[in-house]
Amino acid sequence: MVRTLVLAGAFASAASLAQAQQEVRVGVILPYTGVGAELAQQIDRGMEQYLKLNPVKGYKVTFFKRDVKDPGGGNARNVIQELLTQDKVDVLAGWVYSPNAIASAPVVNAGKKLAVIMNAGTAHITQMSNYYVRTSFSMWHAGYAMGETAAKNLKAKTAVVGYADFPPGKDMLASFKRAFEASGGKVIDEIPMGGPAAVPDYTPFFQRAKDKKPDVFFVFVPAGDHSSAVVRTYGALGMRQAGIKLIGPGDVTQDNKLQAMGKAAIGLITMHHYHADLTNAENQRFIASWKKDYGAESTPDFMAVGGYDGMAAIAHAIEATKGKLDAEQALKSLRGWKFASPRGPILIDPDTRDIVMNEYLSEVVMKNERLYQNTIATVENVKDACKALKIPPCK
Amino acid sequence: MSAPAYDLGRHPAALALVNRHRLRVWEPLPWILALAFYFAFPNHLGFGTDLLVTILFALSLDLALGYAGIVTLGHAAFFGAGAYTVGMLAHHGIWNEPISGLLMGASVAALIGFASGLILLRTTGLTLLMLTLCTMALLEEAANMGEKYTGGFDGLPNLPIPPLFGLFEFNPLYPRVQYLYVLGVLFLCFIFVRTLVYSPFGRSLTGIRENVLRMHAVGAPVNWRLVTCYTISAAIAGIAGGLWAQANAYVNLSTLSLDRAATVLIILVLGGYGRLYGAFIGAVVYMALSHFLAQVYPTAWQLGLGLMLVLIALFARNGVIGLWDMLRNRLMAKGATMRATKSGPS
Repeated sequence: MVRTLVLAGAFASAASLAQAQQEVRVGVILPYTGVGAELAQQIDRGMEQYLKLNPVKGYKVTFFKRDVKDPGGGNARNVIQELLTQDKVDVLAGWVYSPNAIASAPVVNAGKKLAVIMNAGTAHITQMSNYYVRTSFSMWHAGYAMGETAAKNLKAKTAVVGYADFPPGKDMLASFKRAFEASGGKVIDEIPMGGPAAVPDYTPFFQRAKDKKPDVFFVFVPAGDHSSAVVRTYGALGMRQAGIKLIGPGDVTQDNKLQAMGKAAIGLITMHHYHADLTNAENQRFIASWKKDYGAESTPDFMAVGGYDGMAAIAHAIEATKGKLDAEQALKSLRGWKFASPRGPILIDPDTRDIVMNEYLSEVVMKNERLYQNTIATVENVKDACKALKIPPCK
Repeated sequence: MSAPAYDLGRHPAALALVNRHRLRVWEPLPWILALAFYFAFPNHLGFGTDLLVTILFALSLDLALGYAGIVTLGHAAFFGAGAYTVGMLAHHGIWNEPISGLLMGASVAALIGFASGLILLRTTGLTLLMLTLCTMALLEEAANMGEKYTGGFDGLPNLPIPPLFGLFEFNPLYPRVQYLYVLGVLFLCFIFVRTLVYSPFGRSLTGIRENVLRMHAVGAPVNWRLVTCYTISAAIAGIAGGLWAQANAYVNLSTLSLDRAATVLIILVLGGYGRLYGAFIGAVVYMALSHFLAQVYPTAWQLGLGLMLVLIALFARNGVIGLWDMLRNRLMAKGATMRATKSGPS
């Protein structure tokens, strides 16, 4: 008898708690297995850290996490279809691979729910569905800013571009070239350097670049083993001594891979919207909490910040629509939304629903036996140039 | 003392030979289950459509690998050929009617199957395996490089597929039409394959698989039979690919990937190859397990799938169907010995 009473009491209090806290259902689509699992973990943790540091009071955020498995598009569509019809989520979030965001646009359109892209960087994706809001980046952000800066700040006249031969690489080439040549520079050679899967021997590509004697050698390869091989080859061929600066977007110096690259990375100059050594207060709070939760050796990178800011956008939409999250109102609240992110001030462009943010020019230096990214210059309020200049397929 | 006259026509082996193509009682079951799935899981029809496409793809591989013994690791070449034919015709505004589009996809895949088969099928074993893999890799790279026409890595999005028969629209959120459409095509293809494998042509394929020398000796045109079989198999794989492109309104490099080719091979071996229904059982077991496990454990579902594959590889070399056969044989043998011991000491 006593026990039933206690149980009943527990149920009653749980029920009243549930009444007080409105549930918000967030469908998360990320590659939780395979090569993308590491990226999914970064984004997952970024979202978790946002909620921990900035709880959404009065609402209970429930996650429905689904594995998209591969960049094939089909699985992503099926998973999103089930999240919308079976789990009845209020908002969709995630997308690491661009092909998945492209393939699922029709389902997102039919589902009529806010969809926050936390990584997928192909520029025109946000134009495929009016429900997409992007809190990560477009490949054009870093590439275009680097092209301008290389000509203006680094005083480069000629450049050679080496890129991994897949869409992000081609986007990087196009954006860098466009900006560099518009600022008075000249791209004298374009070298496709193998695909994104296996790490090729970079020596012949780099020798070809060295023979052209450019002022800067702009390289885009996937983070990790590829970028380690790039800095090693750059050192081995003595290109620095030959007066050729190695530059690239921040993918090359992704924070959680940086320490593994060793001394060869010193002097590498990159352009990106985030690195873990940014000194603003938001970032310091973020890093401290991250290291406390996941270990001192663990570092967030730009993926994690995409997740953090994406969750911030969702939290803003929840509060603005009082938890209803009807797509029209949610999108309205996010158009022109400003936020103090660990990457500095950000804004969602009211016209394109894409992010506007600062890009940081940084140099890798050694400090206390640890590689460290030193910010040299800041390019403020960078928009996605692909859409600003209407370069197809952007419109 | 005259031996009892033995009617050869009543010999179990002869009966098995005469009756093997007859419809068995349980054979409508898969189709009933497929229709039941439609009503029972209205929110999982995207997955269901994918499952049916995979069954058809596995069925096409069964024809080549299971019946004719053509060991291939590049069957996604034909899946992709069908998908890209449908996708490119629709994307560039040339042709997008679904059913005729499928036939075009099948023709292109058959053409590639025939052309590559003429050369590849002169080899066997590992050489054949590598060459089929190469064919697929070449097509994949061609699709990657021909970005202007194929969309490259990002694929061709938002394919404009008009309503089926001008009436039934493909809804991306509730893919009911896609499911029934794929089910219908699968049914027709299955009837065709079933008829084919029980025909003399099908038996000659099994003969080639079991003993090429003997088939040569009896004068069968071994090479032509293999090429014909490979071409038909390619055409069906092309239909599967075309269906995939239409149901997803999308096509990209994944249709031509080694991942897809390897998965379908695993599915067929898992179900049991050369068994007609192995494709069904393998696809259902593999896809359902990975789909629903991934729903519950998004990060660790592969562990469960891997464990199952290890167990199948260790204890059921002939796949799930083989496991079932073994159990049935054991039970029957046990029943027979029990009857024998009961009637023994009388």
